[in-house]
Amino acid sequence: MRVFVPLGLSTLIASPALAVEVTLKVDVPQLDVAEYHRPYIAIWIERPDASVVGNLAVWYDVNNRKNEGEKWLKDMRQWWRRIGRELAMPVDGISGATRPPGSHDVGIDAGKAPLGDLPAGEYKLVVEAAREVGGREVVQIPFAWPPKEEATLEAKGKSELGNVVLQLKP
Amino acid sequence: MKVLKLAALLIAVGMPQAAEAHRAWLLPSATVLSGEEAWITVDAAVSNDLFFFEHNPLRLDALTIVAPDGSKVEAQNASTGKFRSTFDVELKKPGTYRMAVASNMVFAQYKLNGEEKRWRGPLDKLEQEIPKGATDLKVTQSQRRLEAFATLGAPTEETLKVSGSGLELEPITHPNDLFAKEEASFRLLIDGKPAPDLEVSVVRGGIRYRDDLGETKVKTDKDGKFAVTWDEPGMYWLEANFTDDKPTIDKATERRAGYVATLEVLPQ
Repeated sequence: MRVFVPLGLSTLIASPALAVEVTLKVDVPQLDVAEYHRPYIAIWIERPDASVVGNLAVWYDVNNRKNEGEKWLKDMRQWWRRIGRELAMPVDGISGATRPPGSHDVGIDAGKAPLGDLPAGEYKLVVEAAREVGGREVVQIPFAWPPKEEATLEAKGKSELGNVVLQLKP
Repeated sequence: MKVLKLAALLIAVGMPQAAEAHRAWLLPSATVLSGEEAWITVDAAVSNDLFFFEHNPLRLDALTIVAPDGSKVEAQNASTGKFRSTFDVELKKPGTYRMAVASNMVFAQYKLNGEEKRWRGPLDKLEQEIPKGATDLKVTQSQRRLEAFATLGAPTEETLKVSGSGLELEPITHPNDLFAKEEASFRLLIDGKPAPDLEVSVVRGGIRYRDDLGETKVKTDKDGKFAVTWDEPGMYWLEANFTDDKPTIDKATERRAGYVATLEVLPQ
C-alpha cells in the first residue's frame, strides 16, 4: 500500500532521488576454461540486515527452449535465499539474457523502483555470479542513499566477476 | 551363574539396539531447487559411515512422500540393490516436500522349551508368530521415523506438520533453509508433546575422509527445543532416541522411538 502524500511534500521527498544519476558497470571476466558457459548474474540492493530492497537485474538463460534456464537460478544461492525463491521468473524489467565476457552497463533509472522511493540510509549493492561447471562469487559495494556528492565506488571480483563500478551523481 | 544370566539378558535386550546401531538414512540428491518443476533422486541405506553405501539397503515399504499441499506423491523408479534403495520424486508444485520412512513394529522376546527366542515384525502378526507354548513373553514397541526434505522455490510449512505419533521433529528453522555458521532450532515431540532432556546427535557426512567423527551432542530443553550451529556446509545426519514404559499398543510393556533426519546445510 502506497501512503498518500500531499503533492508538495512528495515533490520535496522525491526530488533528491529524481535528480540522482546512477550508473553501474559489471565486468564479466574472460576465462580460459575447456567448457565455458556465460555466468548467471543477479544484482540487487539490500539493507544492512541483509533484507532485500529490490532487484536491479537477473541475467540467466531466460530463453532456454525447454524452459530449463530456471533450474540453475538457485546456484546464485545468496540471491536465491534472499529474494530469488520468492519471485515468479521471468520478471519484467529485471530478467535478461546472460552476457558474454566484457564490460556491461546495467541500465538503472534512479527515479524508478527500487531506487525511486528508497528511504535515506545505508545500503549494499550486491552482485552474485554463478557459472555452470564453474564457480560462484559475490561482490558487494556499500553506499549511502541519497548520495551527497559525486562518488565512484568499486569492488573487484577474484574469479567469476571482474570490476564492479557504481557511480553516483547527486 | 548370575553373570551368565545377566550376559544372556543383555544380549537379548541389546539385540534390537544392536540392529539399530548402524545409521539409517535417506539422502536426497538436492534439497533446494529452482524452476517450474524439478526431479530429485533419493538414496536410502543403512551404513556405518555417512553417507556411504556399505552395509544394507533401507527397505522402502514404509515410505511416504508428501507434497506442499499435503497430498501424497508416488515414488518413481524405486529399486533396492545390494547396498541401497533408491527412488525418484517429481516436484510438480512449488513448496516443501517431505520424504519419510516411518515404521511401527514390535520386538518380542520369549522362552520356548527353556530357550530364548526373539521375533520382530508388525503388531498384527505377533499373535500368529509367537508359538503357543511360549513363556516369559516381553513385547517392546519400536517406532522409527527417517526423514528428508526438499523444496522447490520458496519453503512452505504445511508439510512440516507432525503426525502426533512417535518421536518427531517440529522445525522452528525451516529444514531447507539451513546455512553454515548459523544457528538452527527445532523441537522434538513424542506423541505430539515436547520431549524434554533428550540427547540429539548431529554428524556431518563424509566420515570416510576424516579421522574425527566430529559428533555434536545437544540436549532438548523442557519444551523439547534444541539448537544446532552448523560449522560447515554439508549433509548432516541428525538422530535422537527415546525410551519409555508407555507404549501405544496394548501388548507391549516398553517402547523405543527413534528419529533421524538428513539435513542439507549450504554455504553462505
